Amino acid sequence: MTCTEFLAKLDDMIDGNVAAKLREELEQHLKACSHCEVVYNTTRKTIQIYRSNELYELPSSLRDRLHTAIMARCKKGCGCS
Amino acid sequence: MTTIQSLEGEIEIHPDVALVEQVRAGDIAAYDTLVRKYERQIFRIAQHITQNREDAEDVMQDAFLKAYEKLDQFQGNSKFYTWLVRITVNESLMRLRKRRTGKLVSIDEDLETEEGAVPRDIADWAPDPEQNYTQTELGQILEKTIKGLPPGFRVVFELRDVQGLSTEDTAEALGLSIPAVKSRLLRARLQLRERLSRYFKQKKSASEAGRKKSSKAGKVTEA
Repeated sequence: MTCTEFLAKLDDMIDGNVAAKLREELEQHLKACSHCEVVYNTTRKTIQIYRSNELYELPSSLRDRLHTAIMARCKKGCGCS
Repeated sequence: MTTIQSLEGEIEIHPDVALVEQVRAGDIAAYDTLVRKYERQIFRIAQHITQNREDAEDVMQDAFLKAYEKLDQFQGNSKFYTWLVRITVNESLMRLRKRRTGKLVSIDEDLETEEGAVPRDIADWAPDPEQNYTQTELGQILEKTIKGLPPGFRVVFELRDVQGLSTEDTAEALGLSIPAVKSRLLRARLQLRERLSRYFKQKKSASEAGRKKSSKAGKVTEA
């Protein structure tokens, strides 16, 4: 397996969408290719970091205010622009 | 009165669809539940596209109101959240068009560039590299990094990797084909990885590592 072939399957491998036989081939490539191993590990880490550090968090006070505003407008019905 | 008995047994109704049915029957409290369930995710999507906090707040409000008004058009066979995201994306794009008059903004803009499709920086990262930064610093790095991507990449990454939607649901929500979602996701992941490498790769010299030291516990990861 070449690095280009590995890269084409990178997402499927990360998402666990590969059949056992292909997975074995991908893992073999990883063992032999340190570059692809770094790319694979750091890409997974990238996803994990974004997943565990939520961006654009709303403070609960603002969230409550927006929530109240939404519900007030919904209750009024179709008076919107 | 009719009882429908399925030969396959009980038909599973998604909790969101049940809530939508209640709203249609006049129970506004059920809509309140739906808003609470999804407001944070909807705000994040709006923020990813508009890159402006006030706009994102407005989009979030407008999207929920529009969804409420259009609830009759919601087909129970599609997922409520996917449908809501689609409304949010459209509202966000409309807001952008208003701001940047004359400039076409689309989630489907031509992104057929090869840039970022092949990894260049392949230096390994420090172990637990995020620990070299405070929470605030890390938040700034992550925000700055993702802002450098095209909006179509940002939203696909947010929906697929952060919110955990399937490729099919992401495609439906964004009005993109499945191959388009896949191609954007791969590039988004690789570009984010590449950009984060600037901050997270193992340092070669002690002085360099020292400059990036964490304020907490003085933990410095050394190559």
